[in-house]
Amino acid sequence: MVGVSNGQQRGIAGAGPEGADIQHVFATFHVAGQLFGVPVTRVQDILTPNVIARVPLGPAEVRGLINQRGRIVTVIDMHVRLALACAESGRGVCVTVDSDGELYTLLVDSVGDVVDLPGSAREAPPPTLDPSWADLSDGVFRMGDELLVALDVTRLLDIRRKN
Amino acid sequence: MDELLNEFLTETNESLATLDTELVRFERDSSDTRILGNIFRLMHTIKGTCGFLGLPRLESVAHAGENVLGKFRDGDLPVTPDAVTLILRCIDHIRLLLVELGAAGREPEGDDGPLIGELNAMASGEPVAVPPADAAAAHAIAAPIFEEDGFPVAAELLAEVAEALGPQVAAQPVSPQRSQPQPAAELPRQVAEAARDNNAKEPDQAASSIRVNVDVIENLMTLISEIVLTRNQLMQIQRNLKSDAFKVPLQRLSHITSELQDGVTRMRMQPIGNAWAKLPRIVRDLCVESGKKIDLVQRGADTELDRQVLEMIKDPLTHMVRNSADHGVEDPVTRRDAGKPETGTILLEACHEGGHIFIRIADDGRGLDADRIRQKALANGLATEAEIAAMSEKQVLQFIFQPGFSTAEKVTSVSGRGVGMDVVRTNIERIGGAIEMDSRPGEGTTFLIKIPLTLAIVSALILEAGGERFALPQINVVELVRAGSRSGARIETIRDAAVLRLRERLLPLVSLRTVLELGPDEVDRDRFVLVMEVGAFKFGIIVDRVFDAEEIVVKPVAPILRGNPFYAGNTILGDGSVIMILDPGGLSALAGQAHSNNDGLQVAGSVAGRDESEASLLLFRAGGPELKAVMLDAILRIEEIDAGAIEQVGGRHVVQYRQKLMPLMMVNGDQRLVETGRQPLLVFCDNGQPLGLVVDEVVDIVQNHISLELAPRQDGLLGSAIVAGKATDLVDIRHYIEYGRDNWIRDEERPRLAAGGRHG
Repeated sequence: MVGVSNGQQRGIAGAGPEGADIQHVFATFHVAGQLFGVPVTRVQDILTPNVIARVPLGPAEVRGLINQRGRIVTVIDMHVRLALACAESGRGVCVTVDSDGELYTLLVDSVGDVVDLPGSAREAPPPTLDPSWADLSDGVFRMGDELLVALDVTRLLDIRRKN
Repeated sequence: MDELLNEFLTETNESLATLDTELVRFERDSSDTRILGNIFRLMHTIKGTCGFLGLPRLESVAHAGENVLGKFRDGDLPVTPDAVTLILRCIDHIRLLLVELGAAGREPEGDDGPLIGELNAMASGEPVAVPPADAAAAHAIAAPIFEEDGFPVAAELLAEVAEALGPQVAAQPVSPQRSQPQPAAELPRQVAEAARDNNAKEPDQAASSIRVNVDVIENLMTLISEIVLTRNQLMQIQRNLKSDAFKVPLQRLSHITSELQDGVTRMRMQPIGNAWAKLPRIVRDLCVESGKKIDLVQRGADTELDRQVLEMIKDPLTHMVRNSADHGVEDPVTRRDAGKPETGTILLEACHEGGHIFIRIADDGRGLDADRIRQKALANGLATEAEIAAMSEKQVLQFIFQPGFSTAEKVTSVSGRGVGMDVVRTNIERIGGAIEMDSRPGEGTTFLIKIPLTLAIVSALILEAGGERFALPQINVVELVRAGSRSGARIETIRDAAVLRLRERLLPLVSLRTVLELGPDEVDRDRFVLVMEVGAFKFGIIVDRVFDAEEIVVKPVAPILRGNPFYAGNTILGDGSVIMILDPGGLSALAGQAHSNNDGLQVAGSVAGRDESEASLLLFRAGGPELKAVMLDAILRIEEIDAGAIEQVGGRHVVQYRQKLMPLMMVNGDQRLVETGRQPLLVFCDNGQPLGLVVDEVVDIVQNHISLELAPRQDGLLGSAIVAGKATDLVDIRHYIEYGRDNWIRDEERPRLAAGGRHG
């Protein structure tokens, strides 16, 4: 599964005309009003967190830990990770992704549909985009009246590198 | 790789490990034909299998080795150390070939002619000059045996697990055959026990064990852990339910789960003897090389340990035995001169005790040289001269656990390669264990290792600090102290460091709230102190509440959270909540650091020579308006005597005190005795001789931490300190005792003087 998604990433990175006919399937979600997408192949689960156990002294991006069907999953606060306005007190939804056998879950405001986008809809991130976002982004997709920022899960979870 | 070949490699490596051990045993007792038979059979099997698999090089080497062994067996060839060394070399060579075979999948090119020639020459009875077996190579090659993917699991255990699972598998029909596995399982058990009694791997044991991939067992263990957690959750739900409908089946599930857990846990267990297997060989090679005579005594080799733990302690154990053999045990001449038997003994002992495994490594060698350790510590900049001077012998010996410390003057092939006891300690502490050491000059050194039985499931205390719950492994918790705001023990602070007075000892404390930045400490409410012991270091952790103890499954934290020294992992509790597991080692390092930062200001040994930093002090004034203090412990009693009772003998003031003459001393030259009324005295005692220190006024008795701020301005003072908020001179009683000793009444003079005093 990971192998497939990696292939997809490469296809996107290629960005040339040969990437145009690749279909991208994204699980979409909103964080602070912005639409994001991660490759659906990386998504393991979507759930509403019950209790999030804090991890004192942990990285700011780590909201805590949850018990997802007997597995301990690290909750990444996407508001913090993407340097967006602080989350409202609402609960949010968790999008669990897999990274080298470890599970992480992205705490987002709401989850949207799974969308199927043609490679031709992809645009390189605009140069004016905040560099921290540009680093995490795999491209921007035109989607009806909205723009979807595709996220690179591996880089998204590489919190240490950022620091 | 070819599966057949793979299996051959694993099996042969195991056989070779057994061969090593057996040969060394055989060398010691060459009359035991049973051992020889065993050795011969093992070599023969290797040869046979090689032939079968088409491995001509291996076959020819094994064949030549077998020839020599055959001559031993038939009594045609005497068993000499040289001959055994040659066989060991042959085994090493086979190992080398196996390693290359494992890497390349086929036999490497090469010429075994010289070795085979030597073996054949030995077999035909010609004298051969034998270089010693390359011990280092043997170790390097021996290592892969233990890194194999699979290890044997006793069939009985598998049968047990299968049995526990049996009722769960609904599809399995209850047939008359079900009763049959029972007697069948009984037989291997007896065989296994017999094998254990013999303290050797009998070939029969192979029949009672099968090879299981480690991953399978690890996976099984994870699944069991999940079942345990789910069971706990179900139990909790049941407790909150009104209905009893699930009670009975749940109990049954609970029971089976426990058995299953037990079974799988035991499946992971391996006798500690596995980790010892190569030690006899190492010690033997070392003896041959150094001319020492060492007996390696093994006890409790059948003590079972979790596989993971075994892996972790294998290298430390090897290192320690090597150390004992190389540095501990002296050469025969030195031993004889010291009046000890020429043959030194290294004792290796393991036993179970209360959920822990204790491993003792003791030698009867020269013991650690405290002076050399001092010099070395100084030379390596581990401590300053003053620090070392203030240390007790035992503290000095602890230096060997410091990184980069090795007392070996001479680097031999077996030890002194820079990997020291610090690595040993780190490895042991990493698995939640502890190591202690005791050494007596000329008598030997003993190491005691304490490790938890299994790594996967530990008993932990659930506690709370700053509204968050944490788990703390119980192995390091010595006791729990309630520190109340009004009652119970009191948490005190020295500067900003919290301490607890616990049975005359001062315990450094760390507050979990502060450490984990969970907000300020709530000083005015009841708190708890968990007294911890990590290694030889004791400290306390302040927490808000302590709940109960729970069996938890330690899971590693996500990579994103690693690097925090205070967490050992995380887990899911019975109620389904996720909780962080604290690392006693990390917290102890913090407490130790905080502690040693204060050390510079503390007078550890103070007047009474006690290892305390807080003491009861008596405050008084004498010969000046400033406050003076003396350790209360040093004082026998406080007396007030009538001024008229003070007499003069030979220019000295004395007083009759309990049928003895007690000399009186002034604190300084400015002091005067009272003319009339009562004269306060502090009476202290030196070897039964009372001694009076004249004071002007006794002010108070306080409990205080002593932190000397200023150096002494005159003789008889230790220095100045802040006591109860006031600058105070600390009086050195020892100075007065020594001063008095010079002027003291000698024993033989006492009757005359005493009599004179009475008449005067």
